Amino acid sequence: MSMEEKLNSQTSLDFKSSVLKPETEEQIADIIKRCYRKNIPLEIQGRNSKKNIGRNFQTQKILDLSNYSGIIKYEPEELYIKVKSGTPLKEIKEAIDKKNQQLAFEPIDFGPLFSGKSNEGTIGGVLACNFAGPRRFKYGSARDHLLGFKGVNGKGEIIKSGGTVVKNVTGYDLSKILTGSYGTLTVFTEVAIKVLPKPDSVKTLVIANPHLKKGLEYLSLALASSSDPSGAVFYPEFFSKEFTFNDLTNEGPFSAIRIEGSKLSIDERIKRLIQELKVDKKDVSILDPEQSHIFWENTTSLKVFSNLKGNLLRAVVPPSETFDVITKLKPFNVKYFIDWGGSLIWLQLDKLTANDLKRIKELILSFSGYLTVVKIEESLKSSVDIFSIDEIRYKISEKIKESFDPKRILNPGKMYSGI
Amino acid sequence: MTNLQMPKVEQSILSMKDKIVSDFENILDSKNILFDDDEIRPYETDALAAYKQKPLIVVLPETVEQVSKILKYCNENKIKVVPRGAGTGLSGGSLPLADCVLLGMGKFNKILEIDYKNKCVVAQPCVTNLAITHAVQDNKFYYAPDPSSQLACSIGGNVAENSGGVHSLKYGATTNNLLGIQVVLMDGTITRFGGKTLDAEGYDLLGLMTGSEGLLGVITEVTVKILKSPEVAKAALIGFSNIEDAGRCVSEIIAKGIIPAGMEIMDKALTKATNDYCKAGYPVDAEAMMIVELDGTESEVNELINRVEEIAKKNKCSSVKISRSNEERLKFWAGRKAAFPACGDLAPDYMCMDGSIPKGKLAEVLKAIQKMSEKYQLPVANAFHAGDGNLHPLIMFNANDPEQMRKTEEFGSEILKYCVKVGGALTGEHGVGIEKRELMCEAFNDTDIQQQLDIKKALDPNSLLNPGKVYPILRKCAEEGRVHVHGGKTKFPDIPRF
Repeated sequence: MSMEEKLNSQTSLDFKSSVLKPETEEQIADIIKRCYRKNIPLEIQGRNSKKNIGRNFQTQKILDLSNYSGIIKYEPEELYIKVKSGTPLKEIKEAIDKKNQQLAFEPIDFGPLFSGKSNEGTIGGVLACNFAGPRRFKYGSARDHLLGFKGVNGKGEIIKSGGTVVKNVTGYDLSKILTGSYGTLTVFTEVAIKVLPKPDSVKTLVIANPHLKKGLEYLSLALASSSDPSGAVFYPEFFSKEFTFNDLTNEGPFSAIRIEGSKLSIDERIKRLIQELKVDKKDVSILDPEQSHIFWENTTSLKVFSNLKGNLLRAVVPPSETFDVITKLKPFNVKYFIDWGGSLIWLQLDKLTANDLKRIKELILSFSGYLTVVKIEESLKSSVDIFSIDEIRYKISEKIKESFDPKRILNPGKMYSGI
Repeated sequence: MTNLQMPKVEQSILSMKDKIVSDFENILDSKNILFDDDEIRPYETDALAAYKQKPLIVVLPETVEQVSKILKYCNENKIKVVPRGAGTGLSGGSLPLADCVLLGMGKFNKILEIDYKNKCVVAQPCVTNLAITHAVQDNKFYYAPDPSSQLACSIGGNVAENSGGVHSLKYGATTNNLLGIQVVLMDGTITRFGGKTLDAEGYDLLGLMTGSEGLLGVITEVTVKILKSPEVAKAALIGFSNIEDAGRCVSEIIAKGIIPAGMEIMDKALTKATNDYCKAGYPVDAEAMMIVELDGTESEVNELINRVEEIAKKNKCSSVKISRSNEERLKFWAGRKAAFPACGDLAPDYMCMDGSIPKGKLAEVLKAIQKMSEKYQLPVANAFHAGDGNLHPLIMFNANDPEQMRKTEEFGSEILKYCVKVGGALTGEHGVGIEKRELMCEAFNDTDIQQQLDIKKALDPNSLLNPGKVYPILRKCAEEGRVHVHGGKTKFPDIPRF
């Protein structure tokens, strides 16, 4: 049997269809191999939760992985779960929750932003985009939780790297280069993800404070304290109205600091944190575990941007620069909130011009940060840079792309024109 | 290695030596160009000291511009370059080649910036791992990854090898604590990946460089995260009368939701050796001894250490001791940290292996190693980072006996193959280097390796940066290597073997 026939016999898919929904790794490899031979570009899709992030591009066919789903192996004591890449995140979270474990990096739920209701997407999509929630500064991002993978490169070859153990330095760390590559290098098939125990309990210290400067100072002090926080955000006045807290009457801007761990230690740590931050008791509210869960879930799912009509940008800067950055952003009429202990700024702009975006991008770059366009008016999308890159890194990225996907058939142009 | 093949020595490069030296004099001070036998001897090996090879020339650049010019020159003239940090690597990653320029980064030894506001330190690559912690400890901060060689190993080398340490289960390895690097590519390009922020956008080139063993670029500056020192640390010293109970105890601690800062197991041979060496007060009758360290706030640590004690008792431990002071805690660790010198007292030489295994396979793997020890008639002692499944068997032998040397290599290979077989990895933290290069085919097939070689080719098309490391030369499709092998016979019988 020739190689071609052998491949055909493994695939019961109708290749003529414009949407290909494979159910096995062999089928995925076969599809990509054919597209490679025939120079057919592919758009890689999961559950479309982050479809709108990235540049617009057109392909002849869509590789839809939603039928390639399921848990392959879950070993709670070895702290990993191995799943097919099209598995919904929700399914994974439910499975590991039964063993009291979690994905500590808190993947962002972009569902409310784009569609008004929760859609956490697939694990493949989470890895492709590498967005982490409030716990980022303590536990790392998606890239820190991918222990190993199998996948199909742009030539239709099945490749693997890493494994299921935490410590593994055998060969280049391909898990890192693929995470955050928006499906432009390799299509993940099987992924082994690190899981961690859920903390016994959680409480949140909410501090009402009218000034951004003070708010940022609280976040910074909390992160440098021995209270070991796992979340630190600041909501200014505009968004603070969206939250109501049990005993806090003040309806203004606030900082919120999450403390997780054993029940006994949480109370002690919060008490000490209040002393260290020198805050007045009347300005403080302590959220119980239930309220805490709701608050941090709302933060992780960007609740304040539900059904957003305008534009959403995501700026990451060294925390020391955040105050100046926000001061300089004022003329652009931004609404914002701050996560990651002061480093991540979510920016809502009801109106945006290409020129303003360019200026904002330059501003963020000048403060040694980076800016990602998460949601933007369709009329602007094709005329602006969604991701920023300098000339040297573009050249390197081009060569890396070439090594995985020489004919540029996987999500071509999703990140940068020509890549 | 008794039968280790290295890339072909280019006679034309050897004969160019004088010209290269004089060309380098246009790039850097002549005192930083070494080529006399006596001068370059210190660079002939790293911590995998059984293998030695003097380089053609050693250069010791002082600025990133010099590094860039050296690499550009070597790239244009097709001269191999082997980068070197502190030379403490255990897998031969900086073993020179006879026709290479050894790029010693030793003069890049300054801390450039301590930035408490952004909780990071910017350092040159040859600052030692421990020096970073020393620089910030007065303000109660520290750098988390702590390889056992942290007193001597360089931070740039840590990035190249993605070094771990005993605390990596809770705090991660280098890759999880690194914010940015400045790097010079083989063509002389100077660039930066990452910075002082998390998750820089675009392809994660920082992550790719980390652990690439000096094959993709030369690191000239490193920015690492620093963490607030935990308020309290306590350790439990637990003895078990069999290894299965110890293994079950590890699994149950994790299953109960406890992630210790460190969790180490030593077998009876190592417990006895280290206790004899430094009188650590270890339970020497135990078949396995475990140190579990918890850190954090006082109430949290107290609560968790009690739970660990309960779990240990439930799993039939034969003894348990909780540290009552920081001095006592450090005494518990003193023995573990002296594992290498203690084995050095037992035999003329030892070879430290570095496999990773699923935690649940510990008893099975240790039994298999014991059987191999009997087969090869070489004693072995085992240390195990139980939290993250990283196993360090120390094989004791006499390197002056060629037969023992050969048997030791075979024994080591058999252990690592077994680690892969049970679902683990060839190397947890020491790197592949030359030591485990030919074993890569145990973990990867040809397509996997070819993909990695394609990445290498993208950044170093002439394969001049640290060639002969990590990727097997004897592999079936050897076209990417510089040596062509047919039917197991070398085409160049006169090339050096180590």
